[in-house]
Amino acid sequence: MHEMSLAEGILRILEDTARQEAARRITRVTLEIGALANVEIEALRFCFDAAIRDTVAAAAQLDIRVLPGHGWCMPCGRTVPLAALADPCPQCGSFQVQAVGGMEMRIKEIEIE
Amino acid sequence: MCTTCGCESEAPRIDDESMARTHTHSPATRRVAVEADILARNNAHAAENRKRFANAACLTLNLVSSPGSGKTTLLVRTLAALKEELPLAVIEGDQETRFDAERIRAVGIPALQINTGKGCHLDAHMLGHALEKLSPPEGGILFVENVGNLVCPSAFDLGEAAKVVILSVTEGEDKPLKYPDIFHASRLMLINKTDLLPHVDFDPEKATAYARRINPQLQAFLLSATSGEGFDLWLGWLREQMTQVKTVRIRQLETQLALLKGGDRDKAGASNHA
Repeated sequence: MHEMSLAEGILRILEDTARQEAARRITRVTLEIGALANVEIEALRFCFDAAIRDTVAAAAQLDIRVLPGHGWCMPCGRTVPLAALADPCPQCGSFQVQAVGGMEMRIKEIEIE
Repeated sequence: MCTTCGCESEAPRIDDESMARTHTHSPATRRVAVEADILARNNAHAAENRKRFANAACLTLNLVSSPGSGKTTLLVRTLAALKEELPLAVIEGDQETRFDAERIRAVGIPALQINTGKGCHLDAHMLGHALEKLSPPEGGILFVENVGNLVCPSAFDLGEAAKVVILSVTEGEDKPLKYPDIFHASRLMLINKTDLLPHVDFDPEKATAYARRINPQLQAFLLSATSGEGFDLWLGWLREQMTQVKTVRIRQLETQLALLKGGDRDKAGASNHA
């Protein structure tokens, strides 16, 4: 449900950037979303489409790159891949893993005219 | 570069207008690196709120849980226990009604209700506006009771010192695994309604172990807002956090004061007043 707030946040940044760049319209938006960022990608797409109606980004295509999750495994003392917050360390099986990457929610770049 | 045909934006312009229309690429298309956090605006408001809390030496806690975990009852008992000791205030978030703020005011504590309407969480901007009406208690605790929701509030920093997640024994002990993000974002977990443990199939140790799979640093206390069992640990934690907030503020003020008095220069023997 908070994907609507995220979509509104995205739109605000898009409108600000379009103004700064004197763009007539935004044709493409590239997001980077971490796999552990608690974002439902399909819900975000749905909300994005609703939010951009009648705006400078109305015709924008949305590209979403999902960034992999990483955790710091305390027993191993190293960074390991982490697909979900509740997952154990893929190396040693311990749950003493603190997520350190994959929480990103970023607008990477846009294409404008 | 045009993603339709792969040409560079400096490529020759197609003068034939009809051609230009069928070929969607416009030479004026260009890429702009944005590199902006989607939550940047919320985080900026949160930073403002945090500064305000620090200046008032106010400990602000963001209480999160599912609906029905007993947050408001827990809060009422906590307020009653601390009200002679510390200045307190509460901001209540709910989609609708003013019931919760009224329950808090009945204890004699200032409370403000935010109704989010369709919103599923509080954000830092809403809280900032609430603070215009209800000042953070100086040297005291502000409790922010978030909308009952284990999903959405996890992403939104309000400027709080910590999120406190409340889980009750009438819920499943596997909830931390089902809704990991909120347990990941919290510093303390309170397992509430322990007076009902004899009647339900809930293993607090299992629940704590599950929560620590998500967040190995999570602290956890068992308590009952109805009987008061386990409250000493929770109140002790609050006092400890309060002391930390005050200590930080006192140090800041002392540094400021020393600067104003020019104490350092005096000590160095380079004072202009000599």
